[in-house]
Amino acid sequence: MTPSETDTPLLRISALTKRFGGFTALDNVSVDIRPGERFGLIGPNGSGKTTLINCISGAFRTEVGTVTFRGEDITQMPAHVRTRRGIARSFQIPRPFRSMTVLENLMVALDFAVASDPLVSAAHRRETAMSILSGMGLASKADASATTLSQVELRKMELARAMATRPKLLISDEAMAGLSSSEVDEVLDLLMSLAGHDITVIMIEHIMQAVMRFSERVMCLDAGKIIAIGKPSEVMANQRVQEAYLGT
Amino acid sequence: MKRNSILFWTGAALFLAVIALMPYFVRNEYPFFAGYVILQFIALAVAWSILGGHAGYVNFGTSAFFGMGVYTAVFLFKAAGAPLAVQIAAAAAVGALMGFALGLLTLRMQGIFFSIATIALTIVIETSITNWRYVGGAAGIQLQRPPVTPPFEGYVQMLVFVQALLVVLAVAISRYIQNSWIGRGLQALRDDELAAECTGVPTLRLKVLACVISGALMSAAGAPAAMYLQYADPSSAFNLNYSVSALAMSLIGGTAHWLGPVVGAILLGSTQQLLTVTISSEVNVLVLGVMLVLFVVGAPEGLIGLLRKIRRQRKEGKG
Repeated sequence: MTPSETDTPLLRISALTKRFGGFTALDNVSVDIRPGERFGLIGPNGSGKTTLINCISGAFRTEVGTVTFRGEDITQMPAHVRTRRGIARSFQIPRPFRSMTVLENLMVALDFAVASDPLVSAAHRRETAMSILSGMGLASKADASATTLSQVELRKMELARAMATRPKLLISDEAMAGLSSSEVDEVLDLLMSLAGHDITVIMIEHIMQAVMRFSERVMCLDAGKIIAIGKPSEVMANQRVQEAYLGT
Repeated sequence: MKRNSILFWTGAALFLAVIALMPYFVRNEYPFFAGYVILQFIALAVAWSILGGHAGYVNFGTSAFFGMGVYTAVFLFKAAGAPLAVQIAAAAAVGALMGFALGLLTLRMQGIFFSIATIALTIVIETSITNWRYVGGAAGIQLQRPPVTPPFEGYVQMLVFVQALLVVLAVAISRYIQNSWIGRGLQALRDDELAAECTGVPTLRLKVLACVISGALMSAAGAPAAMYLQYADPSSAFNLNYSVSALAMSLIGGTAHWLGPVVGAILLGSTQQLLTVTISSEVNVLVLGVMLVLFVVGAPEGLIGLLRKIRRQRKEGKG
């Protein structure tokens, strides 16, 4: 990678503040995410992790601060436009389209998020969706209703749906919560394989082993503030991070 | 898909032909009066299901749109003697505008709150019309039908044909939405609005579109009622019965397919007409309630859902 490429961040969050009434959920948060980076986001419950990614994906509007994605100010953009620009996410509690099959869930992404090319036929898009599902090991469930999936399958389907929007930035919000250890490894391998030069991944996770293994850089939030950012081992060793997790 | 479309349009043409030729075979006036009411309910139920079924936003304000359709027609007829086609077109435009406003409401209100707001909308509009002297106020207004346009022989026969045209229009639009990207987007946002938005679905734009189309069709369906009754008054034009019926017919038929509201409206509309004639007009309201309860318990997905379930079970039984 040339120096100029690494210098321009994929995502720049500057001086972001989000308040809910009198409660400050995010307090003056600034961070740059580099293209192709595997970025871990940790912090105790209620520290503002999900709020931060809601502000990045557009589910929340922010009053103070800006979000810049690939050099473009997206602070005022609605979520669906951000998705089309290349920001995709999964949800902490899976939110499948329940009245649809697994394949149809992905078709929504292909129909709406990807710039429509009249030459690309419906059959072709179906093929694209199937190949994404195969990559996730969900091909056999393509025609199953989304309501019949197990927890780990739901997590994978959410990631598959996010991938179907052809993201540049994939945000995984606790995709491993509530899974068994073998399932955690499965999803982690999946995220590792997705991340690469073209796709930057922000992973929120409570499972420290997973965060340590996955992340090139880790940021720890506490009460809406960044208390540590850097290499995973450094952040884990940080006094304030340990205090935030264990209490003093 | 292609073959389905040919079948659909052939069916629609046949339906219109039968309605157009009916006056030559049926001399009795009553079937036309009853038929008009049933057709009107089909149009309302189909229009309701565009927002209530596809998008999952339960609108209790059908009567507001219907009543505005009636009064747009009344106003234009009194002020300018506008012909029926102009009355209907103007009513559709007014309904579309109201739908647009309602669509913007969905920005802040979802679920039950949206439904309550639509009831409030009905009351606000009804009160305004009640206090508007020019269109008759609370006492209502008498209208004199203009001479009928040939080739039609009677005015009611013409209204039946016009309402049949509106039904075909409403069904065609509903069917188009179901099979197009609009329908898939609405289905996604009905399941989960945030997930849909984050998957690239422009939820607000689609909701507003659904509200505009639904509102325009409801008001258009209401417009001919002024000439049909030759009389309009606020308490009947904005009667809550329209809201409840449109909702009940859609739910009883099933909202998963465009055919659902049509079947529901035919079934419920004819039952009501039959009961009004044979027993009393009060009993038909009771029947509506009882049927709604039975379906909510026995077939929550409506007749269409029930049929699909039976077909699926048969398939599984064979396999």
